[in-house]
Amino acid sequence: MPDELSREELLEMYRQMVLIRRLEEKAAELYTAGLIGGFLHLYIGEEAIAVGACKALRPDDHLLTAYRDHGWAIARGLDPKRVMAELLGKATGVSGGKGGSMHLASAEHNYWGGHAIVGGHLPLATGVGLAIRYREEDKAVLCVFGEGSTNIGYFHESLNLAAVWKLPVVYLVENNQYGMGTEVSRASSRSNIFEKGCSYDVASAPVDGQDVLAMYRAMREALDYAREHGPFLMEAKTYRYSGHSMGDPERYRSKAEIEQWRAHHDPIDRLANLLTSQALAKETDLQKINRDVEEEMEEIVRFAKESPEPEDDALYEHVYVQPVPVQ
Amino acid sequence: MAHITMREAISQALREEMYRDERVFIMGEEVGVWGGTYAVTRGFLDEFGEKRVRDTPIAEGVIVGAAIGAAIAGLRPVAELMTINFAFLAMDQIVNHAAKLHYMFNGQIRCPLVIRTVGGGGRQLAATHSQTPDVVFAHFPGLKVVAPGTPADAKGLLKAAIRDEDPVFFIEHATLYQLRGEVPDDEEYLVPIGVSDVKREGKDVTIVSYSKMLQTSLQAAEQLAKEGIEVEVVDLRTLRPLDMRPVLESVRKTNRLVVVEEGWRSYGIGAEVATRVMEQAFDYLDAPVRRVAQAEVPLPYNRRLEQMALPQVEDVVHAVNDVLYRKVSS
Repeated sequence: MPDELSREELLEMYRQMVLIRRLEEKAAELYTAGLIGGFLHLYIGEEAIAVGACKALRPDDHLLTAYRDHGWAIARGLDPKRVMAELLGKATGVSGGKGGSMHLASAEHNYWGGHAIVGGHLPLATGVGLAIRYREEDKAVLCVFGEGSTNIGYFHESLNLAAVWKLPVVYLVENNQYGMGTEVSRASSRSNIFEKGCSYDVASAPVDGQDVLAMYRAMREALDYAREHGPFLMEAKTYRYSGHSMGDPERYRSKAEIEQWRAHHDPIDRLANLLTSQALAKETDLQKINRDVEEEMEEIVRFAKESPEPEDDALYEHVYVQPVPVQ
Repeated sequence: MAHITMREAISQALREEMYRDERVFIMGEEVGVWGGTYAVTRGFLDEFGEKRVRDTPIAEGVIVGAAIGAAIAGLRPVAELMTINFAFLAMDQIVNHAAKLHYMFNGQIRCPLVIRTVGGGGRQLAATHSQTPDVVFAHFPGLKVVAPGTPADAKGLLKAAIRDEDPVFFIEHATLYQLRGEVPDDEEYLVPIGVSDVKREGKDVTIVSYSKMLQTSLQAAEQLAKEGIEVEVVDLRTLRPLDMRPVLESVRKTNRLVVVEEGWRSYGIGAEVATRVMEQAFDYLDAPVRRVAQAEVPLPYNRRLEQMALPQVEDVVHAVNDVLYRKVSS
C-alpha cells in the first residue's frame, strides 16, 4: 500500500480524476453547443496534480488558483453540479453565475478563486500567508499557476516577499510546456522552473505531475515545510491534451506529441495500472467507477441546465458589501 | 477638539484604529524604521512592533496584492503607497483584483482594505511625481475613493475607511500635511464615506471641489466675499460613490456652478459633476458651467511654469466672475 493511503482513498482519487475528465469533456460539448460562453480552459491531462495536491491539503488550509480551475474546484470538494452551473452562468453556480469558468470560488472551502489575470493571484496568496503568520495559525496556502506566470513581475515580487517574511505558501507551477502557444524554452530563461527558487533562497523541487501519488507525497511534504519554515516552490511537469482554450488552432505542436503523452503518460491510466497491478482493484471495480461517474455526469448536466438564470436584481448586488444607492 | 495638522490628524486616526482593532496593521515602503516618508507613522514601529508596522520591499504590486490577500483572510490592512504615481505599478491589483473580487465571486470574498497614498503637484518634483490622477481610480465600481481637504475630515474619513468592508483608496495631498484645523479627540469620531459637505454657505455661485483645491476654493470665496459675492463651497470628500445631493441643492439655489480640480480637465471630476448637473438640474442653470483644472501638460520642474499649470486662487475667482457675467477691471 503506497504511503498511508487506504484502498478506499486511492479509489476515491481515481474516481475524482475520472470525474474531472468527464466533466471537462462534457463542458467542451456544451461549449460547442453554445451553452457555455466566454473562454473555456480544459484540464484534461493534468488531473493528477489537483487531485494529488488537494488530497494533501487540510480543510483549513487555503487555495488560490489560476483560471484553469474546474479540476481544482472539484478536487477541493466543491459540488460538481454547482461548478457546471457556474459554467452555464446559472444562479446556482458557485459564483452565482457572475464569475464563469475562470472564476470559481468557495469561501467554505477556503478556495479564494480562480483568477484570470496571469500571475495576479500570486500576491494575493502571499497575503493570505501573511495573515496566517500574523495570527500564528498552523495553516498553509497553496497557490497554483502555470509556468507562463513565472516570467511576470508578480512571481518575483511574491517569492521575494514570502522568503523575507517566511510565509507559509507553497507556490505550485503546473508546467504544461506551453504558455498559450509559446513553448517554455522560448519564453523562460530556465525550462526547469523549480530552479528559479534559488534566486530567492526559496526551497524548491520538481515532481511528476502525471503521477497522482508522487504529487500527493510531494505536496504533503511541501505543505509541512511551508508551515514550519516558509515558502516552497514546486514544479509539476505535466501536459494538457486540449488546446489552451476552446478554439485554439494548435499550430505550435504536433498531433504526435499529444498522442505520445496520452499513450504513455496519462495520469488516469497510470493510477489504474497501479491499482490493478498491486491487486488493489480489479478491472471491473474501475469500470463500475467509470459507469457511476457517467450517471453522476447526467445529473450534473441536468442540474446545470435546469437551474434558473440569476435574477435581474443580481446585476447590482455585491458591488459593495453594503449597497450604495445609485444617484 | 484640538488644533492640529493634517499629518497629526491622519496619524491619530491610524493610531486609534490600531489600538481599537488588533486586525489593523500597516504595510508599505518606509512606514517603519523611517517613520513614513511624510512622517505620518513616525514612532509607530516602537509603539506597535514589527508585526503591525511592516516595512516592505519597493514592490507596489505585492504591497497591494498581499494587503488584499490579508484582507481576504480576515485582517484589516492599511497599505501605504509612497505616492499616487507609484500606484500605477499596482494598478492591476487595485482595479482587476481589489475592485472586482467581491462582485465576481458573488459576495463570497471581502476586501476590507485601505490603500493610503499621496497625490498632487506643486513641489517641483516634475512630471512623474506630481500627478493628480484621482479620477482614474474613481472610474472603477467596487472601489471607494476618498480625498479629504481638511484635518478633521482626514481623521474621520480614514477611521471610517479602516472600518469599511470594501476597498478604499485614500488620497492625501502632499502640500496639505501642514494645514491646521480643529479636529475632534473623540475616538468614535467618524466621517461617513460617500457624503459631500457644504464647507461655506453662499447664495450667488456654487463651487464644487475637494482636497487641496477645496482650500484654494475657500480662499477664492474669501476674496470674493470682500467684493460682495457670496460663494457656496461644496466639498465632495468622496469621489466614489459620488454624493451629488448637496451639489444639486446648492445649484438649485445659486443657479451657477464652477468645478475646481487639480487634475487635468479632460474626462475629469468637472466633466462628471457638470454632466450630472445638466442631467438633473439643467433648468436651474443661468450660465454655462465653468471648469478650473490643470493645464494639459505633464507638470514641469521649473517653479514658475509649474505654478502656471496648476489652478490658482485667481483662476477660481476669474471663473466665478465668468459664470456671474461679471466684468472686473484689473
